[in-house]
Amino acid sequence: MRIHEFQAKRLLSGFGVAVPKGQIAYSLEQAAYRVVQIGGDKWAVKAQVHTGARGRAGGVVLCDDGQEVWEAAEKLIGKALVTEQTGPAGKMVNRVFIEAVVPTKDELYLAFALDRINEGIVVVASSNGGKDIEDTARENPSSILRRTFDPIASMHAFEAREIAFSLGLPAAVIGPVADTILKCCRAFCGLDATLVEINPLTITENGAVLALDAKMTFDDNALYRNQNIAELRDRSQEDPREREAINRGLSYVGLTGNIGCIINGAGLSMATMDMIKDAGGEPANFLDIGGGASPERVAMALRLVLSDDNVAAILVNIFAGINRCDWVAEGIIQAVRKTEAKVPLVVRLSGTHVELGRQMLEQSGLAIIGATNLREAAERVVAATKAENSTSEACIGARA
Amino acid sequence: MSILIEESTPIIVQGMTGRIGKFHAQEMIDYGTNIVAGVTPGKGGETLLDKPIFDTVKQAVNATGARSCIVFVPAPFAADAVMEAANAGIKVCVAIAEGIPAQDMMMVKRYLYQMPEGERMCLIGPNYAGVISPGKSLMGIMPGHIFIPGTVGIIARSGTLGYEAASQMKARGIGVSTSVGIGGDPINGSSFVSILELFESDEDTKAVLMIGEIGGHQEAEAADFIRENVNKPVAAYVAGRTAPPGRVMGHAGAVIASVGESAEEKINTLKSAGVIIAPSPSDMGTTMEQVLAENP
Repeated sequence: MRIHEFQAKRLLSGFGVAVPKGQIAYSLEQAAYRVVQIGGDKWAVKAQVHTGARGRAGGVVLCDDGQEVWEAAEKLIGKALVTEQTGPAGKMVNRVFIEAVVPTKDELYLAFALDRINEGIVVVASSNGGKDIEDTARENPSSILRRTFDPIASMHAFEAREIAFSLGLPAAVIGPVADTILKCCRAFCGLDATLVEINPLTITENGAVLALDAKMTFDDNALYRNQNIAELRDRSQEDPREREAINRGLSYVGLTGNIGCIINGAGLSMATMDMIKDAGGEPANFLDIGGGASPERVAMALRLVLSDDNVAAILVNIFAGINRCDWVAEGIIQAVRKTEAKVPLVVRLSGTHVELGRQMLEQSGLAIIGATNLREAAERVVAATKAENSTSEACIGARA
Repeated sequence: MSILIEESTPIIVQGMTGRIGKFHAQEMIDYGTNIVAGVTPGKGGETLLDKPIFDTVKQAVNATGARSCIVFVPAPFAADAVMEAANAGIKVCVAIAEGIPAQDMMMVKRYLYQMPEGERMCLIGPNYAGVISPGKSLMGIMPGHIFIPGTVGIIARSGTLGYEAASQMKARGIGVSTSVGIGGDPINGSSFVSILELFESDEDTKAVLMIGEIGGHQEAEAADFIRENVNKPVAAYVAGRTAPPGRVMGHAGAVIASVGESAEEKINTLKSAGVIIAPSPSDMGTTMEQVLAENP
């Protein structure tokens, strides 16, 4: 789960990480008021959206007075911000973060992430902060330092110090930098984070160390024990289709094609999408309804996929293991009878009671296109999207 | 022989008195699995499906001598149940739960690593369907009837795609020695490598089918291991060629996050190690058929 920059800073500062003075604003009036509250002579107005590369997209504006802050807020609030990572629709800016600009001397990069290979947590640090770590990795890979540590034993002060010294920092700032590393580490472990990225971690003229930007993501599987984090979820930043899926406990990823997919199991879903692509089609989504595939879930999934206007045909591919094909067929029949969409539906059932399931679909009187194997299913659904305008016989809800 | 489980292997079911645990315990018993006891804290002394229930895994191990268990405990408590099993002397443990927090899995792995190598428990999963040695025993939740006994070992990261492979093979009369799921989480109990090692030394297994997917480095590690240590023919399919980078595709572990994690890169790495690649998921059965024909 992702959260906003201002939320990440609030959390990190709760662990003792120093951040610049900043306040959130939902309106222009509030933005202007924040300038007075924060004080100082230079401010950054930062769009709060779930995407990276905000700076290059105009989502961060530096201002010298209240008037400029007002204008910057006016340009951002209530509009979608399009960055290289958001796609053409962009992300809606519902609020901006007004922050005091601090005079920077050096900028570091600091991140913590899950390390799958070593089954621990990896710290990535570089003296080359303030730019994308991917760019640094390309231009100056030797400036990037990685250390894996054990989340259970946590990180010790000497390890944090070693990292700070390895960055070649002056002695005066080793203490505060090492301290920041330790505190971020505690936040990562304590909140079940999957990423803490501070870029840049800035060192000011007078030796203060501040997190200028902060990004955090969290382990969805651990939200049950981090209620304060779960409450930070911002539904306005999620793809509406994905939001609906999360609310219903389905696993959905919106894509750009026109073939709706309803499949049980993540691996089979990915494999089916590969087949569709091989057959010349483009999936509109990834949707895993889970190993069980109960009739209720099939029905929910069908409604969800149909809510995407791009969908020109749907492929249901269910491997009934513990479950039974006849139950799944019953679910499909019920769901199809309730929906009124007119797009072709290809169904491939496999596994327990497969004959009975196929028979039920055939005898349902619904125009469902059957398929016995993966290849056939993919080819038929691609053909259905191409023939969609020329025939109405293979439409959901239409009686054969 | 098969790997991990045999006809007579006595098995303990943790969380047997729950709805899911009870259902699958019955399914396993029907398949012929030798379930000897259940464990649910607070329900010790009861009997379910004619099997005694114990409060702790230690009690169940002491009373039955079983060294294998399957865990049906919900995700928030699953890590603890797995460590309890390891501590009680269990040698093979299957964890079904999906959604165990990543840090809990790190803790489990640390707990296992601190045990001496000879005594260390082999953990299968989490987030998978378990282990089956067709015709012999089932320690998992997979439908037994889609597997026929045979000589191919299956290692899969995904449940239903593993079923798909088994049923394509069954349709061609190809049977399975043992099918093992390593699970779709970012951190797994066992890896492709550890199961490949078991299959390589199993005399009943003639060839191996690996079913991988995007994300992580397990397939690359497997390729290195195969190059150096595996003489049996290995075929593979890798799912997710068309998945967009940076997105989690259902499995928490299925996200292309860095170099080498895409399906294309994994396929190339495996190919370079001599693995025969099934070009599409509908070719898993035919690819295996071809591998067996070329390696009689």
